[in-house]
Amino acid sequence: MPAMSDHPAITFDRVTKAFDTVRAVDEVSFSFPQGALVTLLGPSGCGKTTTLRLVAGLELPTDGRITIEGRDVTRLAAAERRIAMVFQSYALFPHMNVLENVAYGLLVNGARKPAAEADALSMLKTLGLEGLGQRLPSELSGGQQQRVAVARALVLRPQVLLFDEPLSNLDARLRRRVREDIRDLQKRLGLSVVYVTHDQQEALAVSDLVCVMRAGRIAQMGTPTDLYEDPADAFIADFMGEANVLAGEVLGPGRIALGGAELSTTMRAHPPGPAQLAVRPESVALLADGEGLPGRIGRAAFLGQTREYEVETAAGTLFVVTAAAAPAFAPGEAVRCRLERVIPLRA
Amino acid sequence: MGALSLGRVALLCATLGLLLLPWHGLEGGVAELAAWPGGAPAPLLALLVTGARWWLWPVALLVGVAALPLLRGRAPRTLLTLAGAGIIVWILAMGEAIGLRGLEWQWLAPLLGAPPPQPSLGWGALFVLIGATGLLAAGLAARGAFGADAFIAFLVAGSAFLLLVFVFAPLTTILMAAIYDGDRFAPDALATRLTAPEAWSLACLASHQGCGVVWNTLLLATLTAVISTAIGLFFALLAVRGGVRAAPLFRAMTILPLITPPFVVAMALIVLFGRTGMVTTALWDWFDIPRSRWIYGLPGVLLAQVLAQAPIAFLLLDGALRAISPSLEEAASTMGARRFRVFRSVTWPLLKPALAAAFLLGFVESLADFGNPLVLGGDFDVLSTRIFFAIAGARHDPGRAAALALLLLALTLGAFALQALWLGRRRYTTMTGKGDSGLPAPLPAGLRLTCSLVVWPWMLFTVAVYGVILVGGFVHDVGRGDMSFTWRHILTAFEVEWMDGIALRGSAWDSLLTTIQVAALAAPFTAGLGILLAWLISRQDFRGRRTLEFMTMLSFAIPGTVVGVSYVMAFNVPPIELTGTALILILCFVFRNLPVGVRGGLAALAQIDRSLDEASATMGAGAVDTLRRVILPLMRPAIITALAYSFVQAMTAVSAVIFLVSARHNLATVYIVGRVEAGEMALAIAYSTVLIFIMLFVVLGIEKLVGRARIGRRAATEGRLAGGITAGAPTAPMRAGA
Repeated sequence: MPAMSDHPAITFDRVTKAFDTVRAVDEVSFSFPQGALVTLLGPSGCGKTTTLRLVAGLELPTDGRITIEGRDVTRLAAAERRIAMVFQSYALFPHMNVLENVAYGLLVNGARKPAAEADALSMLKTLGLEGLGQRLPSELSGGQQQRVAVARALVLRPQVLLFDEPLSNLDARLRRRVREDIRDLQKRLGLSVVYVTHDQQEALAVSDLVCVMRAGRIAQMGTPTDLYEDPADAFIADFMGEANVLAGEVLGPGRIALGGAELSTTMRAHPPGPAQLAVRPESVALLADGEGLPGRIGRAAFLGQTREYEVETAAGTLFVVTAAAAPAFAPGEAVRCRLERVIPLRA
Repeated sequence: MGALSLGRVALLCATLGLLLLPWHGLEGGVAELAAWPGGAPAPLLALLVTGARWWLWPVALLVGVAALPLLRGRAPRTLLTLAGAGIIVWILAMGEAIGLRGLEWQWLAPLLGAPPPQPSLGWGALFVLIGATGLLAAGLAARGAFGADAFIAFLVAGSAFLLLVFVFAPLTTILMAAIYDGDRFAPDALATRLTAPEAWSLACLASHQGCGVVWNTLLLATLTAVISTAIGLFFALLAVRGGVRAAPLFRAMTILPLITPPFVVAMALIVLFGRTGMVTTALWDWFDIPRSRWIYGLPGVLLAQVLAQAPIAFLLLDGALRAISPSLEEAASTMGARRFRVFRSVTWPLLKPALAAAFLLGFVESLADFGNPLVLGGDFDVLSTRIFFAIAGARHDPGRAAALALLLLALTLGAFALQALWLGRRRYTTMTGKGDSGLPAPLPAGLRLTCSLVVWPWMLFTVAVYGVILVGGFVHDVGRGDMSFTWRHILTAFEVEWMDGIALRGSAWDSLLTTIQVAALAAPFTAGLGILLAWLISRQDFRGRRTLEFMTMLSFAIPGTVVGVSYVMAFNVPPIELTGTALILILCFVFRNLPVGVRGGLAALAQIDRSLDEASATMGAGAVDTLRRVILPLMRPAIITALAYSFVQAMTAVSAVIFLVSARHNLATVYIVGRVEAGEMALAIAYSTVLIFIMLFVVLGIEKLVGRARIGRRAATEGRLAGGITAGAPTAPMRAGA
């Protein structure tokens, strides 16, 4: 386990990476604490992978300063940094068996072969891969390959462990298990991990901190709960799970006007006046009558655990998800939408 | 590797060259070393102290200037860069300025006075130059270039230096030779030479005189390209769409041009169709058709070139035809098009790029071909033979040779440029990677018949030609139809006697052993440097990468004859004097075949995902470790293929090396050409047969070896890529002149 010091695991100080004229990462600053799993989340092309590669030293920044555990690594090549990375494709060496793959980093760093192999064997055991040492990577299943890649990274006792979309090559069933394994391992060993993904569910499930990126900049950083319940703007509200974004007005604490109706709801403090209001599909309750935004069911779908509706209202179309146990409505029925929670967005 | 460590190694190397090793080349061999540190093997320091080479003091000073900070543990970037570059420029410039006749650059007379003659550079200079390259690279790396990796910087600087010296400099020497008349700078002479009637005359249209050699060359090249492309196309259509069972035989045939020295086919044609040839005699005996010399000239050369080129055109078109997705043709027929219509409107247009490629290849190969016109040309001269006779003939005229070489170079580069222009816009990918389960449409009946009428006679003809080669070495006189069996020729060439050990008495042993040695020495350097350059070009990001790639590929386009002439002109005098040595043969092969190694390397590297390099780097491996432990093991098939190719190419080449061989270092092909000219046809054929079998052995052996080098799932892709020599052929023959 890496020795803890007072320094943050990673800091970026106004780091820019430009490819020709495109700024893939644009004056990004952050500080990631040690022992935490931080995800970099965002749509493709947002700069999250470039950020990860800057941490790894596979790209050197055009401008700015990077430290790892307090040490300035801005100009250090990947080989000179104490990081390890699990690649999207796993990047296992096809001509080496599992044991040789895991021992590789130790050997190139000057370890003797018997010591390196002993270390590698015990790491394989930690990851439940004992007995597979002599296999070639091509003889392993996708999940096993992934674990070999993790073992190969961990055996170097890196200061920071980097994951580049580690689940994207696994089938859906395996994904949940592997991401839980990664989270367990990270907590058990107290690792500092940076994890790149474009899947918000994955990010919410594994992270201590989520860092949402957009167009080379950080859009918002916070705990998963923060980001889901308190998104800064429409982009994050929509990216972190679905949201209906409607134009309305804040009248006072817990009072809004929407589509000509005055409604009371739960919401964070916001100065009165016109505002964009985000409503999560699951925080709308559909009632036959009573208080709420009047509407008419457009489409309805039954999905087993839930029901999905599109409701036409004066404020626009609302996408609503209700529990299957809640009362069902048919297309054309008039309903009232009670907004349990509304998120007023910052301009 | 850091800049400082590289700087120190480079300093050590330069110091060694400065203080210990003989500065000049040793004309008299190793025995001269006895006089050290004076006399011929004196190191530069001794020469400086005695004042014999006082104009080289800046070299020693620059080494000293670089040494001071390096020994104190610093690597100042500007100083190292300038010192390294300065040493290289100074040594080479002074080497050019002061030659064997004393001062060569007269405009320096006020500064240098009348210095004593200066012979060529030797081991000491080599080490100082290597050291200087190291200093230069260390300086560049300290500036942050090449990802701050001094090792990469050294590799790039070193290979760029080699390419400059052995590809570019010789070319400029040709230009210089063309522009000088004796010692006089004469641009008008260049203009006269380039527009000489010898090259451009159109007399043949109006009279019985021959046309200009440029027209001859173009006519021959166009005919060769058209005919071999057509024959290749017929073969491909029949193999892919005709449902013939001989398709594998067609594909096996494509190995022949690779392992056949270029003029061997010409000899077989003489044996068949010469004045006393087998066919000629038969026609005379049976049909009273008079004997003639028609084979000597355009028809013969054309026939020989088509025999060599058609299988390669087939290889290209076979691949292209198989890559056309059948569903496209099925789509056309579901829309109501009849068979011939489908072929004309879908298949044919999709084939066009491959047809163009086959045409260009035939064209360029014909331009560069030297062996066949030499043996069969008669009065029909082409540029490559005319260049040769301008150097080696009775009228030795380097200026004329240089001008003709420039014309040939211009034709070749022009053809490549046209192709780049044309292909730039047309590239069809019809293999989409989606599952595709159509059946290729069979050929329209008329087309099938046409194909068969061409293909089978041509097969028969090819078999006859190679049959003559196989049999010719073992009969008394194949040229005059004396077909009784004998070992005589094989014995003349390869007799072995046992007298207190093996005595190789045969007349061919010398050249055969030299050839094998030179080829075996050139192969690892070609493959090594080629793969290394491929790695630098595809995996490292540095400014000037495109330029380096272009320089590497340039020697691809230069016809062998031009290379030969340029080497003779560039390396016959100090500062780098190599003519008459085996080294110049090796260097010539290395730099001529380099592009093949680079191409193979690039193709192999494209199959190796970059994340493997990056994974290695994130685990703490430097460039050297990654290269040695990850990249090279994965590239093994490509390396072996490059080795085999450059070996075989070196065994069969004749055009460039015919200028470079010497009595001590003769090569098999040149020896055989000599026997043909002396009329010893049977001996030449016997020797050729042996060569062909040696190369067949190498090629098949390598295929077997590469076939075994399989790694898990990657085998499929790599196996195809390395695909042995035969599959390598589409890239392999993409070179001008063997």
